Amino acid sequence: MNIVIVGGGKMGFSLSRQLSAEGHDIVIIDNNQMVLQRSINTQDVTCVYGNGISSTVQIEAGVPYADLLLAVTSSDEINIICCLVAKRLGAKNTIARVRDPEYTQDLIFLRDELGLSMSINPEMAAAREINRILYFPSALKADVFAKGRVEMVEIKIKENSPLVGLSLSSLRSRLKVGVLVCAIQRGKEVIIPRGDFVLEADDKISVTGSSKEVSSFFKVLGMDTEKIRNVMVVGGGRISYYLAKQLLEMGIQVKIIEMNEEKCKNLAELLPKALVIHGDGSDQETLEEENIEKMDALVTLTGLDEENVVISMFGVSKKIPKVITKINHISFGEILEKAGIDCVITPHLISTNQIALYVRAMQNTLGSNIQSMTKIVNNQVEALEFRARENFEGRNVLLKDLKIKKNILVACIIRGGKIFFPNGNDCIKANDNVIVVTTLTGLEELNDIID
Amino acid sequence: MNYRLIINTLGYVLGLEAACMMLPLFTALLYKESSALPILITIFILAIVALLFIRIKKRNNNMYAKEGFVIVTFAWILVSFFGAIPFYISGAVPSFIDCFFETVSGFTTTGASILNDIEAMPKALLLWRSFTHWIGGMGVLVLMMALLPLNNERSMHVMRAEVPGPSVGKLLPKARSTAKMLYTIYLFLSIIEVLFLLLGKMPFFDALVTTFGTAGTGGFSCKSLSIAAYNSAYIDGVVTVFMLLFGVNFNLYFFLVIREVKNAFKSEELICYFSIFAVSTILVTLNILPMVRSMGTAFRQASFQVSSIMTTTGFATADFNLWPTLSKVTLFLLMIVGASGGSTGGGLKVSRVMIVVKSVWRDIFKMIHPRSVKLVHMDGKKVEEETVKHANGTFIIYIFVIFIMTFLISFDGFDFETTLSAVTACIGNIGPGFGMVGPMGNFAAFSWFSKCLLSFTMLFGRLEIFPLIIALSPSIYRKK
Repeated sequence: MNIVIVGGGKMGFSLSRQLSAEGHDIVIIDNNQMVLQRSINTQDVTCVYGNGISSTVQIEAGVPYADLLLAVTSSDEINIICCLVAKRLGAKNTIARVRDPEYTQDLIFLRDELGLSMSINPEMAAAREINRILYFPSALKADVFAKGRVEMVEIKIKENSPLVGLSLSSLRSRLKVGVLVCAIQRGKEVIIPRGDFVLEADDKISVTGSSKEVSSFFKVLGMDTEKIRNVMVVGGGRISYYLAKQLLEMGIQVKIIEMNEEKCKNLAELLPKALVIHGDGSDQETLEEENIEKMDALVTLTGLDEENVVISMFGVSKKIPKVITKINHISFGEILEKAGIDCVITPHLISTNQIALYVRAMQNTLGSNIQSMTKIVNNQVEALEFRARENFEGRNVLLKDLKIKKNILVACIIRGGKIFFPNGNDCIKANDNVIVVTTLTGLEELNDIID
Repeated sequence: MNYRLIINTLGYVLGLEAACMMLPLFTALLYKESSALPILITIFILAIVALLFIRIKKRNNNMYAKEGFVIVTFAWILVSFFGAIPFYISGAVPSFIDCFFETVSGFTTTGASILNDIEAMPKALLLWRSFTHWIGGMGVLVLMMALLPLNNERSMHVMRAEVPGPSVGKLLPKARSTAKMLYTIYLFLSIIEVLFLLLGKMPFFDALVTTFGTAGTGGFSCKSLSIAAYNSAYIDGVVTVFMLLFGVNFNLYFFLVIREVKNAFKSEELICYFSIFAVSTILVTLNILPMVRSMGTAFRQASFQVSSIMTTTGFATADFNLWPTLSKVTLFLLMIVGASGGSTGGGLKVSRVMIVVKSVWRDIFKMIHPRSVKLVHMDGKKVEEETVKHANGTFIIYIFVIFIMTFLISFDGFDFETTLSAVTACIGNIGPGFGMVGPMGNFAAFSWFSKCLLSFTMLFGRLEIFPLIIALSPSIYRKK
């Protein structure tokens, strides 16, 4: 597909990387030569220099023939106008990044009246993701499939865990829980395991199962499943606003620390139930004064990665059960893990996945399309939920007879509301929902898993 | 430095060369020549080395500018080395240095030869020699990119190092589809030329060899007398036109493909390129008129020679060595300017010379109006300051290399004209020069030392100097 991306910043960069790796033709428009240079040196894309709103620039970038235009500059207004121009020029689909909370009510208007295919709000998506993690405090990351029937959680195996030394085939009988380990990260290596794989301490594993089984899995492991009641949020930006709003609605107490007085007032106005504190969140005194050690969770959302890391480290040292760190530039991941920061949120990556999913679904409106997608274990593994259609070539064939590509695991089949983990003697039938875990990228439909 | 990636990629390049050798092998079998065995042995050696290289699996795709330079440089050196083997084993060329020189000359589309008696060579080897022009013209790695699905999002570094011209842009978003597009245009033009030559009653084998020589702007012919051997005004005309066409920036053909004809003809470089051709042709025609005594012949020879030298092909229909000084100097200057950027031709490239001239003009203007702000423009767009600097740098180093090489070659003790024009013809990838290395002469008399130097000069010219200097400087291999 021909995809034009306006704006080559953080978001544009990770989008073009993801989409060009999936085989699409990408053109990036930006008015900063440095940004374009970086993109052209590290990715297989073309770049057009200029203002993305200008129709001449858009024509030069081939918008009239484009299947999709993504407007992800830092300004909401520019993004919306870009999409309007592109729509007029003949782009088939347009997606704009719209972040300002003031526009959130207008999203439906944008879609229905102005013809935008979709608008994405990385901050809101990030807030939702954080919310989900807080709901499962013992997991590093949590996702749901099949409309919430299946859960996939990521945990790190501690040294004294009963999982250490256990092989996957004996896991279910030994622990008496119906869950499946579908991906493992050991050091730098990512493994899609087989039954004889033996777990070790410090492995990060992704586990899938029904909500009930997953919570009993946590119980068996002795991980406390106590619900979170109060959360401290450092930094009062957009994510904090969305997050606080969601948490307050769920009856969780929120304490927001923000340095800027204007922002504090604004937050206090929008979120009357929240406790907004005007102070420096990177100041130990302030944090201790606000009883940081009594918190169930700490979320660091300031604009500076470094600050977030330091505050999170402080939180870890104070033994806060759950610490979530926002990091925009994902580098030095290993060092962070050693410092105890293992639950990291990167807003633009979440939205990139959202768009990648949309693009794949666009390409495949008829086939057995993707229902949902998520990236697990350090973004190196994809977990996809497909719906098997009549055209799936391997339907009613026993899985052991099916030639499935390497590094693909059929993790779970949902048939008529029932969830089961397939073995070689099971088969996929039409209208099943199938969860597939893989290190490959770019799977678009269920037929792609067959070699 | 990502050695694994480099070696792995080189493996694929050598594999591709083995595949390319199937063409001469087929020819040898067709003509039942004894050269089939040497070619088969070479294919075998290439396949083994390629497999060994490919077995070294790359761990990651981290390719930076320096890896690009190293891959391109060593690909060209290795390809030339292995390409020389059939000449050596078959005994057609006794000394390996000569074989290497001949193959480098082929791949770099120079067309400088050390062969005294071309007609005595086996046909398969003649075809291989010319086929190297065709591959080298558009680029070995570009061909690999077009044919093999080696996904690397950073392949731009390789493309930039191999495709000539002051600034390299992609036609299509994907490097692979760009490479495919370039080769499609290239193949299409080549086929048309073969058809035109066949219409002129040229034998098929000769038409193929001539087309390879024209398309790559190389200049190897299967006759000692070059194109003059056919003694046909029609063939001269066809070759003249096609030489000019292959010297045009291929991006402009792409504009024709996507029906943006206006864009193609607006190109300042194209206008300048054809103006240079027209002015030089008129000058040379008038200058040689007293010698040949017929306006028609004078024009035919002048236009052919100007086109041949300017596009750095190096075919000959007349011994321009005997022409008056004005014509010779004109041709010498054309050798330095060369063809358009992004074409298969060599030399400094018209667009680069234009940028240099414009930037010099700007500097003079700035001296008169010290506070003025002026940018270099091309096709109505500003040229990035980085590109201007790079063009100026290339220009200076280019001239510098000519001086140094001329000095080193002068140890052989040939006359000044021969020495200087040999170096210029090699760095510009033209082939024939003046004096002893004129269109009717060859490079056989040089010492092995000079032949080595000239081989490198040709690579310098084809890869536009920097990749070779960077890849051969030890500092980039140091671990710290």
